[in-house]
Amino acid sequence: MRRRQKVFGALEVLKGISLSVRKGEVICIIGPSGSGKSTLIRCINALQPISSGSIQIEGIEVSDPRLDKLALRRKVGMVFQQYNLFPHKTALQNVMMAPIHVLGQKRPEVEARARALLAKVRLAGKEDTYPGELSGGQQQRVAIARSLAMRPDIMLFDEVTAALDPETVKEVLVTIRELAEDGMTCLLVTHEMNFAREVADHVYFTDRGVIVEHGPPETLFTAATDERTQRFLSQVL
Amino acid sequence: MQAIANWFQQLYESTGLNFSVFYDAYDWDRYLGGLKMTLLLSVTTILLSLMIGAVGALLQGSPSMLLRLPINAFVVVFRNTPPLVQLFFFYFGLGTMLPAVEAAGMRVPLLSNVQWAIISLSLFAAAFNVEIFRSGIEAVPRTTIEAAEALGYTRLKAYIHIVLPLAVRVCLPALNNNLVNLLKTTTLAYAIAVPETLYAVKQIWSESQNVLEMMVVLLATYGILVGVLVWLMHRWEQAMRIPGYAR
Repeated sequence: MRRRQKVFGALEVLKGISLSVRKGEVICIIGPSGSGKSTLIRCINALQPISSGSIQIEGIEVSDPRLDKLALRRKVGMVFQQYNLFPHKTALQNVMMAPIHVLGQKRPEVEARARALLAKVRLAGKEDTYPGELSGGQQQRVAIARSLAMRPDIMLFDEVTAALDPETVKEVLVTIRELAEDGMTCLLVTHEMNFAREVADHVYFTDRGVIVEHGPPETLFTAATDERTQRFLSQVL
Repeated sequence: MQAIANWFQQLYESTGLNFSVFYDAYDWDRYLGGLKMTLLLSVTTILLSLMIGAVGALLQGSPSMLLRLPINAFVVVFRNTPPLVQLFFFYFGLGTMLPAVEAAGMRVPLLSNVQWAIISLSLFAAAFNVEIFRSGIEAVPRTTIEAAEALGYTRLKAYIHIVLPLAVRVCLPALNNNLVNLLKTTTLAYAIAVPETLYAVKQIWSESQNVLEMMVVLLATYGILVGVLVWLMHRWEQAMRIPGYAR
């Protein structure tokens, strides 16, 4: 069965956005600053309330006032631009915290999983290092592992490479690509056009709160029909 | 021990400087009793004021007006009035209104003067701790809390595991100051006849007529007690330092 995750919205920042994501799909959202890209994905895990419209994630209605936020956030992982790791905990502890505190899982089991996840994001050996001692790229990979530890069905990436040094951008992108190849459903807000082109199944271009145009990357990047998309792409590519 | 006692006895006989606590077993016991009481007051009020302060700061940041309002009122009342007046209010005001209880064949007040002192001083210091913790909480980046929320943390769990540990690190210097003040403020319990160090020493100097000498002992006692507290707080601060975490 194909589960369908729908995102509809009508917000002040976002004025009537409608998009749907299938399980295992990788969606990239591109567009100029202030176009509502981040707002859009922050609405999906209810970090930002929506004023009208509907967002459904595997049967959970996000706009429901009695929304079970925990149930939603177990399904939806999120990685931020500024990593937002917990600075007082080591890399391993950062990954282990939520499954233990939020899901009440057993420590030994969580620790084994956390170590495996850190190895997966190529940070084996950094388990006992504090975020402040890691590079931006390493911190961001810890943040990805931390999110994966909750075993989400969908991962949201909010400009996760925007704060990184150019040389560390790649290591984070490699991690995300591997995730996508493993079949994780991913929604990325990104400025990495080449990356979007490479990994996305579908690319959305947003401007001033609306989706101007969308399509498979090969179409959108080479044969954009809307004038705003063309102008944006000519500036960034 | 005997050598020290002899030395102070000799000092008294040759110079007239009468440090009776160091050679007179009776005075020494009274002094020690006072010291123990001061330690009891300090440790309990420090712990209680920290707990009330942490809970108060959590409630103060709550979205509900109903929770915020009482905390703000509490802070205003206890910060804007003198601690000695508060102590009198609790002991003479509230204390006399509570029913007496039967204990060992005697009718005694429900709460003793020591208990009232602990309650009163804890609340006094807690009002300051609420504000101190708040300053620390406000220094925790909103985005860090958001990350916790995105991982499914409730407000309370995020507060316990992430916000409070980070906030405490930020506000330790201010907390340090308030706890030092609290330790010294325990001397106010003297006013409701709690036999703490000041009370005990006062009794000694009234009987042995050695005000100056006992004053020196008293000041040195508090100087050392505060020194130990500051040292402990400093150790705590060091233990909580996060590698690579520059503010």
